[in-house]
Amino acid sequence: MPGATAPFIEFDRFTKSFDAVTAVSEMSFELERGEFLAIVGPSGCGKSTLLMALAGLTQPSTGQVRVQGEPVLKPYTDLGFVFQGAELLPWRTALQNVLLQSEIRRAPRQEAERRARELLGQVGLGGFEDSYPDELSGGMQQRVALCRALLHDPQILVMDEPFGALDALTRDQIQIDLQRMWMERRKTVVFVTHSIDEAVFLADRVLVFSPRPARIAAEFRVPLERPRHLSARTGREFTDLVGEIRGVFENLGVLREEPK
Amino acid sequence: MSGTVRSKHARKGTGQGPGPEGGGATPPAPGRPAVRARRPAGKRFLESRAADWVLPLILVAIIVAVWQAVCSSGAVEEYVLPAPGDVVRKMFGDFGTFADQSVPTIVAIFAGFALAVVVALPIAVAMVYSGVARRAIYPLLIIAQVVPKVAIAPLFIIWFGFGQLPKVLMVALICFFPVVIDSLVGFRAARPESLMLVRSMGASRWQAFWKIRWPWALPSIFAGVKVGITLAVVGAVVAEFVGADKGLGVLLITARGDMDSLTVFASIAWLTVIGFVLFVLVEVLERVLLPGKRGGRSHEASGSL
Repeated sequence: MPGATAPFIEFDRFTKSFDAVTAVSEMSFELERGEFLAIVGPSGCGKSTLLMALAGLTQPSTGQVRVQGEPVLKPYTDLGFVFQGAELLPWRTALQNVLLQSEIRRAPRQEAERRARELLGQVGLGGFEDSYPDELSGGMQQRVALCRALLHDPQILVMDEPFGALDALTRDQIQIDLQRMWMERRKTVVFVTHSIDEAVFLADRVLVFSPRPARIAAEFRVPLERPRHLSARTGREFTDLVGEIRGVFENLGVLREEPK
Repeated sequence: MSGTVRSKHARKGTGQGPGPEGGGATPPAPGRPAVRARRPAGKRFLESRAADWVLPLILVAIIVAVWQAVCSSGAVEEYVLPAPGDVVRKMFGDFGTFADQSVPTIVAIFAGFALAVVVALPIAVAMVYSGVARRAIYPLLIIAQVVPKVAIAPLFIIWFGFGQLPKVLMVALICFFPVVIDSLVGFRAARPESLMLVRSMGASRWQAFWKIRWPWALPSIFAGVKVGITLAVVGAVVAEFVGADKGLGVLLITARGDMDSLTVFASIAWLTVIGFVLFVLVEVLERVLLPGKRGGRSHEASGSL
């Protein structure tokens, strides 16, 4: 029933199988517009599959993904995708990489370039517009990828372990920057990560996935005030929540203190 | 292509990007001289760009000197091994003849090579996008490569006579394989993530090809083209050996009949010059078409391993 009452994003008994393997089984959850949702789960539990299904890059075996009540049956383009590797094209400068978004969409060049420069400036890459990817550090590359995902001002931002390959300090900084940019824009974000800390620090709500076939093992609201500061991580509320989520993984057998 | 040409200084970069998180933007502290290890002049020369030219020239000079010494000693007859100085004098003394005979050879090389590329690229594209095409064509490609092409040359003469056409076909045939195989490898080299990325932007097949597959394929295509262009010279000469009315290969085979080794050497030298110039042209084209560094890393840490 498409209409004003439909949730913004809805996974409805979403199941995805590859040959004999069921990656995701009968998964249902919803997102409100402007919500920041983090998904944490063990490796290979089908988290990326969900993101791809939301972007319309893969179709569910059974069930549906709906955006504003409409099933996603082909690539859904009012969306920005950030991959684990920055996936910048090595023959394009930072600016040209961001502009790939507008070129594919055949958007007017001048306006796109103005926006791209503005975005690069906002993530601290002013002056690096003409640098090639291999002249940039991992963190800088991922910032360029973020700008590319935001260039067309999409309603949905999908991030697949975007900071997983970064060192801890770079990661802290980029998380703060992402939070700031999100607060300014209030995109609906689906953020997949391995890191419980990262999920709690960034998200309004955290879904905890079980090992394959993935199910929702637990769901937590993060009651922390925004903007959240790095110091919040040592606060009682934060550490309690992280501990609770870790407990879920221990119960699932994903984390063990003792050898089997 | 986005039509970007990379600035010179960026291309010559040492492979050291700016430090982590913008550290590269920090200017050196004032009032403190930059500490820099002084290296001996010899070592500095070896690391310079000029060494790329000077080193091979030194090696060539040594070889030519040895060659000249052997000839001057009178150990070998002139018709066996003419002196390098005589060869050079012949090359330029009879320049008119060599230039005249070079024209049909060069034309055959260009036409045959262009034909090979024009046929190879669409075939490679078809093989990437269609499993049916790939499975049908691939074994044929291998067979076509295994057939000794030199053995086919007489057939071409029978079919097409002694003019340019059999030469052009021979050249095309001989440089087709490396171009098609490397193009195929290239078109398949596109990262699936890159394709996913543009698909999430709503890219058409056409856009995905030109924005992603084509640029990812270019380095590999150029690898094949470089092998192809050197083989093209071989193809033209072989075709002229087997039968043609004009060309450097014809000149060479006629001179052999007269035991005129000076002309043979001079012809070989001109063919080498032609092949070398063509190779350099391809390299220049590659630099123009491939902006940015592709996985170019500093090899310093690998040491001399």
